[in-house]
Amino acid sequence: MRTIEILDGGFFTTVQDLGRVQYQRFGVAVSGAMDGFALRAANRLVGNADTAAGLEVTLLGPEVQFAQSGLLAVTGADLNPCVDGCPIQMWHTIAVRAGSMLSFSGQRDGMRAYLAVDGGIDVPVVLGSRSTSTRTGLGGFEGRPLRAGDTLPVGEQAPGRRAARRAMRPSAIPSYGHDHRVRVVFGPQDDAFSDEGRSTFLTAEYTMTMQSDRIGCRFDGPRIAHRTSADIVSDGTTLGIVQVSGDGMPIVLMADRGTTGGYTKIATVISADVWRLAQAAPGDRVRFDAVDLDEACSRLREQEAVLDGLVMPEPNRPSTPDEDVYDEDAGSGLAAEGFGDLADALDETGRGRNQ
Amino acid sequence: MYEGPRFLTAGDRAVVVEYGDTIEEATSLRVRMVAAALSVRHDPGIVEIVPTYRSLMVHYDPLRLSRAHVEAIVLDAEQHLADVTLPRPRVIDIPTVYGGSYGPDLDDVAAWAGIPADEVIALHCGREYLVYMMGFMAGFPYLGGLSPRIAMPRLPSPRTKVPTGSVGIAQEQTGIYPTETPGGWRLIGWTPVRIFDATKDPPVLFEAGDYIRFVPTTGDQAQAIASQAEAGAWTPTVGHRE
Repeated sequence: MRTIEILDGGFFTTVQDLGRVQYQRFGVAVSGAMDGFALRAANRLVGNADTAAGLEVTLLGPEVQFAQSGLLAVTGADLNPCVDGCPIQMWHTIAVRAGSMLSFSGQRDGMRAYLAVDGGIDVPVVLGSRSTSTRTGLGGFEGRPLRAGDTLPVGEQAPGRRAARRAMRPSAIPSYGHDHRVRVVFGPQDDAFSDEGRSTFLTAEYTMTMQSDRIGCRFDGPRIAHRTSADIVSDGTTLGIVQVSGDGMPIVLMADRGTTGGYTKIATVISADVWRLAQAAPGDRVRFDAVDLDEACSRLREQEAVLDGLVMPEPNRPSTPDEDVYDEDAGSGLAAEGFGDLADALDETGRGRNQ
Repeated sequence: MYEGPRFLTAGDRAVVVEYGDTIEEATSLRVRMVAAALSVRHDPGIVEIVPTYRSLMVHYDPLRLSRAHVEAIVLDAEQHLADVTLPRPRVIDIPTVYGGSYGPDLDDVAAWAGIPADEVIALHCGREYLVYMMGFMAGFPYLGGLSPRIAMPRLPSPRTKVPTGSVGIAQEQTGIYPTETPGGWRLIGWTPVRIFDATKDPPVLFEAGDYIRFVPTTGDQAQAIASQAEAGAWTPTVGHRE
């Protein structure tokens, strides 16, 4: 069986995929990667399906040892990832040998990094997902954050899948910083707020507080005034929905949110911008900008196009610098058979470039 | 209940379909009918349908369906509600030990209501509660229909740990904690029944539209049920409403 071993769990490292859908009507939280864009990119870089599980690494990274050779990719926050002590490029396919160790030497940009390994983290599927819900102790690895001594099963790479060194075009790699502009669409309860309240929400700067976690991003800033009560008969929630309770402060509900909520929700972060909040840290400044649904969908399509640029290349396809993705091994026509040899071969050719 | 649905934007991949702004059985029934009508259609691009008290949230894939399409699908489903038969509501008996260490707040509720503890128990177990929806945490049922006489408000400060199976009340709601969690409801009893089990599919013992009846039992009986349940040798008594 293919495995990876956790030598050090880091600050808060969990197994996540794209979340647990179809069970919200039973109150089961969706969970899943906070920054789904980064996890999907990592999966595509190693030839996995988008739905494969990876590790979500928060702030201080774990130490992970690979029992066999294979491919990995680290995306999302730059926590200075290293293989066997040598820095590796992020948003790149990286080949590792059996016994290699991935570590993270310190936070440089963003909050959450994602590790994908070819074949995916193969913990049992619970209610349709491998995501960890630490709040209910469900899914992932024993329903909890990883710690030293955990051995995680890794799936077999699907036969016939092509793998080659791939990378995100540098200009498409997000940088996070500490000032975030996040686009929202108004609704579902924007009519519960006064004009002044809606205007405050869009013009003021909000500071993310220490109470932010995978359930929600909490903010300090000017109070958002209600026109009616802040309490409603509980209704549904969705990723990025902005709840404003009686104290007038916005809370953006994130991956581990409850499935229902009884506070007014002024707006919802557009799908294409949720990652910005996933990567924001306490103390960071956030401004919200309103867009309409058409704009939200256009931005989402753009983001999808970046990911679609990461599909495995045709053999001998020439690459141009303008592509979203460039293929460092264009023409090598590598197949999935003999994966270990492939990894070793890539290791020989690739390691020097990463140092 | 509104005459027709209101569509409220909840971002670019969900829409709230709202049928009212109060908690009423008729509204809840409408929500469950529409949810059922949508579920059987299996429209490509409709990802998940989540019914709540007075609305449903329809999650969709915006790369496959426009918002206008989603509204058209809901309105079309509404035209076919006559074809929908909801399952006959079940009544599930929940054996419950009241008071003592099982229900540490029972005496406070009695004092608040100005009645003996026995009467609180009688008021609580003497009726069938509709499961309006599930939310807050995995498997947590929102039950309507509590007697106003024992509708005590929440604790001023929530407990950091409420044991699995605790039966609580909060204003005119009563509920069962499916797993251990912090919580602020007044705990009047405990049930050995596991109402949420992630290893089963569906993971819940009952769902929205079913009714629950609390049946008083002794601590010894409850522990016996817990052991049987552990061994998979216990099933709840389930009846039907006419």
